[in-house]
Amino acid sequence: MAQMNMIQALNAAMDIAMTRDPAVVVLGEDVGYFGGVFRVTDGLQRKFGTHRVLDTPIAEGGIIAASIGMAVNGLRPVAEIQFADYIYPGYDQIVSELARLRYRSAGAFFAPVTIRTPCGGGIRGGQTHSQSPEALFAHVCGIKVVMPSNPFDAKGLLIAAIEDDDPVLFLEPKRLYNGPFDGDPDKPAVPWSTHPKGEVPDGHYAVPIGKAEIIRPGSEITVIAYGTMVHVAEAAAKSLGLDAEIIDVRSIVPLDADTLCTSVAKTGRCVIAHEATRFGGFGAELMATVQERCFWQLEAPIARVCGYDTPYPHAFEWEYFPGTKRVARALAAVMEAK
Amino acid sequence: MPRPSRLHVPRAPARPGEAPDFSYVRLSPAGAVARPDVAAPAVDIENLSIDLIRVLDDEHRAVGPWNPRLDVAELQVGLRHMLLTRIYDDRMVKTQRQGKISFYMKSTGEEAVAVAATMALRPTDMLFPSYRQQGAYLTRGLNLVDMMCQLLSNTRDMCKGRQLPVMYQSVPGRLFSISGNLATQFPQAVGWAMAAAIKGGDELAASWIGEGSTAEADFHHALLFASVYRAPVILSVVNNQWAISTFQGFAGGEQRSFAARGPGYGIPGLRVDGNDFLAVYAATEWAAERARKGAGASLVELVTYRAAAHSTSDDPSRYRPKDDAEHWPLGDPIDRLKRHLIALGEWSEERHQALAAELDSQVAAAWKEATSYGTLTDGPRLNRDLMFEDVFKEMPPHLKAERDEMRREQG
Repeated sequence: MAQMNMIQALNAAMDIAMTRDPAVVVLGEDVGYFGGVFRVTDGLQRKFGTHRVLDTPIAEGGIIAASIGMAVNGLRPVAEIQFADYIYPGYDQIVSELARLRYRSAGAFFAPVTIRTPCGGGIRGGQTHSQSPEALFAHVCGIKVVMPSNPFDAKGLLIAAIEDDDPVLFLEPKRLYNGPFDGDPDKPAVPWSTHPKGEVPDGHYAVPIGKAEIIRPGSEITVIAYGTMVHVAEAAAKSLGLDAEIIDVRSIVPLDADTLCTSVAKTGRCVIAHEATRFGGFGAELMATVQERCFWQLEAPIARVCGYDTPYPHAFEWEYFPGTKRVARALAAVMEAK
Repeated sequence: MPRPSRLHVPRAPARPGEAPDFSYVRLSPAGAVARPDVAAPAVDIENLSIDLIRVLDDEHRAVGPWNPRLDVAELQVGLRHMLLTRIYDDRMVKTQRQGKISFYMKSTGEEAVAVAATMALRPTDMLFPSYRQQGAYLTRGLNLVDMMCQLLSNTRDMCKGRQLPVMYQSVPGRLFSISGNLATQFPQAVGWAMAAAIKGGDELAASWIGEGSTAEADFHHALLFASVYRAPVILSVVNNQWAISTFQGFAGGEQRSFAARGPGYGIPGLRVDGNDFLAVYAATEWAAERARKGAGASLVELVTYRAAAHSTSDDPSRYRPKDDAEHWPLGDPIDRLKRHLIALGEWSEERHQALAAELDSQVAAAWKEATSYGTLTDGPRLNRDLMFEDVFKEMPPHLKAERDEMRREQG
């Protein structure tokens, strides 16, 4: 075991995958010589060479398209899109090509591409460095979508994604790279070394895609979250002294509905939290799933805490970010409802 | 034994610890390139995309057919705008280091690109700059305090706190809102120019992107639409050699110049010494005249060097030699225009120092005023309700509900 932050854990996952399988290649803007703007690919080019860790032109559509071609020819590309906000020039290649290749070719062709991209806010990145676009991809049939909330899952899920024969969009909440963040920017930053999930096994292991994790068992209310909001949810429940069951979704597609619904059936109350905007957000899918399966066990309407339905505003980062207080208010309201 | 890989991976000319090497930059002597008629067919002037248009020679004289023959007052105005840009950049980076603003991007070494081109255009021409053309805003006379208030996201911010620093705009200055996404505005500038042609009149549009951004599909959309409709637009590629850590070879610069993308689309490509104020001015003037005559678009490659970091989040010492900029063969644009004016007997080191001091105190005074309207950390703040405005022209019910919820929750 080693203490790692999320950047080191992700780096270790790629290092191991590349060592075990010569078909794994890494490509993206600034990922090679420089090691990535967030240092996630640091040292990989030195170790594996310029033919397996490729700096690319600034062309997200080209990066995804070339990854598809490489994958069809037997490689396992791990493409980095520098910020999730910059993924849209590659959207057609993801939606119309990558996600549908297996289906349209009746399984004759497939493209095991992993697309890593930093997402989420809390770093003063304004509207072009803060977005959480998971719902735009969850709605597309044929691509898996995952988002880890800690170094242990980051490494295990990335290894699973690379080894998966289906394409995977791997979203990295960048505010969590260096430490857990509970939504309060006025508190001093905490490193991952203080958190049990900063303990990361050496060597190969996989966290299965499609499995949620109960972060904290509880009896009074279920909180469903992923990414940064897992930590915010924990802090919010703690601030109210609630015996909350906190669930980290981890895998957005495919969704582990059983774990979520078993919990809500037990607690009878549910709050859903994500950073992404509310309208048409993934929270709506979570809410529908829980309502369909737990209607008769629910004691109160399900509540959502999400980003407001505006672009991410530079000047109002902390008014906008769905922080501890907002989640706590939703928890209190759902607890009070009869 | 497997065959060795046939994959070519471009290699940067010099990395940290290596000696700077600019032998790959193809130079032409000042004055050596002919200046064709502005209506010349693109196919007849392809050499302009390979050679390098230069006016200022090693003795600081203006020579050759591209000399725009500006009068001394105009040269001094150009020097003033470039120096103001540099001093402004230096001061604003310091404020970022002090935590007063969240982010900044300098244009050090590239001041001529924006300043000379903007001076060569008319105030009615529409500019679509990228994030490193602050010189265009200063040349168009934007108020320093207004620009700083944008950086501060404060109560006088023209973008109402919605944009990262340096994403300025000005409706009266005809400076379009900057997008942080790369190359997106290049084809939009073509659309603006198409509308100008449809409506009649003789305005044109001008846009700038970095050489790294030419990799995006939007670059090709721009050239294609500009070619098909002969839109009155000047499309400039600022080839400053580096896209964060990625050198220009990864944008395709090893095989052909960026200007040479133009002839492939039937558009003239002009490869220009971007650190030569007079050459940038002259090339812009030529392209503008061509556009106004109905002969269509031009692609201008401005060969320059990004002497500073990509942004305040970047550390170039990790990926290029520390003394790279000092070895750049095309020198510094401010220094070169200054020496030209001195050679003309119209400037001196003393006057230059005095101007720098004057501009510095102007910037300092503006900063003092701008911060009185609030900073990231202290002073008055924008009304947070503004967060919900301008998503749509009329606020729909779900946004009103969210705004009311925020007011209730945050008190």
